[in-house]
Amino acid sequence: MSNYRIGVDVGGTNTDAALMLEDEVVATQKMPTTSDVSSGIIAAIKSVFEQSSVTPDMIKCVMIGTTHFTNAFVERKNLLPVGIIRIAEPAAKGVPPLIDWPEDFRNVIGTHIHSLQGGYNYDGSINSELDEPALYEVAGKLKARDIKTVAITGLFSSVNDKMEQRAAQIIHSVLPKCSVTLSSSIGKMGLLERENAAIMNASLAVLSKHVVQSFKAALKALRISAPFFISQNDGTLMSADYVEKYPVLTFASGPTNSMRGAAYLSGLKDAIVADIGGTTTDIGVLSGGFPRESAVSVDIGGVRTNFRMPDIFAIGLGGGSIVKTNPISIGPQSVGYELSHEALVFGGETLTASDIAVASGYANFGDKAKVNHLDKAKIKAAVEHIHSILAEGVDRMKTSAKPVPLILVGGGSVLIHNEIPGISEVIIPKNADVANAIGASIAQIGGETDRVYSYEDLGRDKSIEMAISQAKKVAINAGAEPEGIEVTDMEELPIPYMPGEAVRLKVKVAGHLNIGSMS
Amino acid sequence: MSFIGLHNLDDFAYGAAFMGTGGGGDPYLGKLFIRQALLEHGQPTIMDLADVSDEAKIFCVAMMGAPTILIEKMFSMEDLDLAVRSLENKLGYKADIIIPAEIGGVNATVPVAYAAYRGLPVLNADGMGRAFPSLEMVTFNIGGVSCTPMSLANEHGETKVIETVTTLEAEQASRPIITEWGGSGMISLYPMTGKQAKETAVAGTLSLAVGIGKAIREGNERNDAIESLLRYLRTTDYFKHCAVVFEGKIVDLTRKTQKGWNVGFCHLQALEDPNDRMEVIFQNEHLVAYRNGRVATIVPDLIAIVDSETAEPIATEALRYGQRVKVIGTSAAPIMRSPEALKVFGPKCFGLDEPFVPIEQLVQTRE
Repeated sequence: MSNYRIGVDVGGTNTDAALMLEDEVVATQKMPTTSDVSSGIIAAIKSVFEQSSVTPDMIKCVMIGTTHFTNAFVERKNLLPVGIIRIAEPAAKGVPPLIDWPEDFRNVIGTHIHSLQGGYNYDGSINSELDEPALYEVAGKLKARDIKTVAITGLFSSVNDKMEQRAAQIIHSVLPKCSVTLSSSIGKMGLLERENAAIMNASLAVLSKHVVQSFKAALKALRISAPFFISQNDGTLMSADYVEKYPVLTFASGPTNSMRGAAYLSGLKDAIVADIGGTTTDIGVLSGGFPRESAVSVDIGGVRTNFRMPDIFAIGLGGGSIVKTNPISIGPQSVGYELSHEALVFGGETLTASDIAVASGYANFGDKAKVNHLDKAKIKAAVEHIHSILAEGVDRMKTSAKPVPLILVGGGSVLIHNEIPGISEVIIPKNADVANAIGASIAQIGGETDRVYSYEDLGRDKSIEMAISQAKKVAINAGAEPEGIEVTDMEELPIPYMPGEAVRLKVKVAGHLNIGSMS
Repeated sequence: MSFIGLHNLDDFAYGAAFMGTGGGGDPYLGKLFIRQALLEHGQPTIMDLADVSDEAKIFCVAMMGAPTILIEKMFSMEDLDLAVRSLENKLGYKADIIIPAEIGGVNATVPVAYAAYRGLPVLNADGMGRAFPSLEMVTFNIGGVSCTPMSLANEHGETKVIETVTTLEAEQASRPIITEWGGSGMISLYPMTGKQAKETAVAGTLSLAVGIGKAIREGNERNDAIESLLRYLRTTDYFKHCAVVFEGKIVDLTRKTQKGWNVGFCHLQALEDPNDRMEVIFQNEHLVAYRNGRVATIVPDLIAIVDSETAEPIATEALRYGQRVKVIGTSAAPIMRSPEALKVFGPKCFGLDEPFVPIEQLVQTRE
């Protein structure tokens, strides 16, 4: 029985592939990301096949992590104008949709904002009836303006989604081909943040179809018929069809994958992880093998969301960081993906952090002769500067003075050679440059439940136990191995003014993919 | 004077969140309300207590209800205006000045936004210098100002006016209305004269909120947010007794709802020493912090749980397992610690057995 699987990371600069057999890394490959996405994937996977003589029919599963949607959103590229429908009036009037979005986003996403009567109360009872005639009118207007994607957000829809569902029916009856995002399917309590997430998601509707099609096309061209999954921000996997509908759930999956990959490759569960790329370094904290999550609301491209995200501190240090020697400065400007021809060691004309690492002798790539002329004292100063930038970033993420291990991953990990203050040891595991892809390949299958329990009737312990076992069932049905499923998130929300100590209990679990059961 | 504008809304909202001691709702939303009002109507005049004439007619305005409801339903200035207009109709005169009931959380921002909307001045003062969960827990009440007539309004345009003898009765009469309305409403209450405000209000608290937020922001620019915050607090009249009473991570959280209040227990553990623990009990706001079983800070002194790095105040509903936090205790304004005041919002009023002991007698509060 050969349980081979492939993890792929499609980043802004590179597409990485890692071929895995159980716990073994069999082969890895780094390739430039291509504008059509699929040829980069094909090239990377072809290479791991050639290196290993594994054939496509031996692959049981492919896991893809991608920052494509995050990047598109942050860079405001390929976004669609969105028909924004809020169903909450007469409540929430003081805070209209898009209120806190950056101006340039508003111009891209558009001004098709419609606020209608409707919505529920905290207990799911009706606060105001859905104004259906008004919704038909809105649908007509959106049709006239040729809107292709709609985000619908209803008051308390995370408690009761019936009006959102009804609204989707009405929109589809007028605009059969329109893509519809319901806020209840991606967000939790908090009307504004949930609405923001729904609008973000809707703006990516065409891009998500395109990207998922590219993934499918790549795998087809490679003759891989195994199922493929895409990783989401909590480190669990989604099916391709799901991602097509909810691309927003992939946001921040990149840092999660690289940190999970770092834990896997180093065998450590508690450490600081620095993922050094071409332009920036993402620093995060591993706690029990999982990324520590951000305690505060996370802005993406300047838009507030309430997603649970890894707590990441980004600094402007990478392999392509531009070095100036008089006075000494490193980054944040970078040659980025042009490193392979802009850096001195690759025959270019820009002094980069990579050149410094080669010149000082601890990295070995490119043509060392091209940096021989650099002044020794200046190289030494630059090396110290690189280390001090990283040391400061690491220090900001530490929670105590106690020395902790630092795991370096990413292509830029070659920049670091010396000791870092406050760090017990610096570990650069084998295959550190493809930690993202490896993180994707070990992503888990999640299960989730969200329902109201009466603590008065059942007690807290019994209620939690029931919720966990329900979430585990969901995960097992989705393909998780029953053994070793762990609770990754639990939220208790008491519902005020309701009898019987009613508590809304949300439980998330995750377990390993039962790869043997894949066909 | 007008020192709250678009440029320092974040400072004001952060300071209000700190003074909210875990309760009072999401200051981010409060910030959005003010911003919308400032954009449409310009900055409101902020008036010092000393400059108010004895005859001035002053109204409190506030949002009443659970923070978890607020993040969905939000509200609009029209809803609040309805409440104020209905109180004006009842009394037969108009408001000259607006005063916040509490400076903690969203209810610090509501009066500033409304003052801008209505073109009235807002007082640089409030009724507690923090946040509390109940209508009677304000210095106005302790000083003999009547809570009623009090008006309530909701987003459907419904209004109610309540008149009761005691404030407790007003609380008991208004709470079921709020529940029936789905858990939130806008209120106007404690109509008072300038003379009464001067005798009973906690002065200078809008400036304090801005100062606290500014200290946190500037501290973050220099990477010493906690120290910057403590340095500022030590320069203030009210909060000069202050200390980090614990540092650690959240290891357990239990919450339950009792009589409409969100009651919770937050257990913390020091990073270096697992036997060094703190328990913080909250009822909407933080009430008491026990370090290894001993009281470290107790109501009405202020207890804030903040991010251990950024000093960002964390509301009780945003507390999560695993968060790294610092617990900061500070003295309350002297007017809040009087025997009469303690009868209304001392530890006993929240069902706690321990007597009030000022923070400066419990922990080392000097540098």
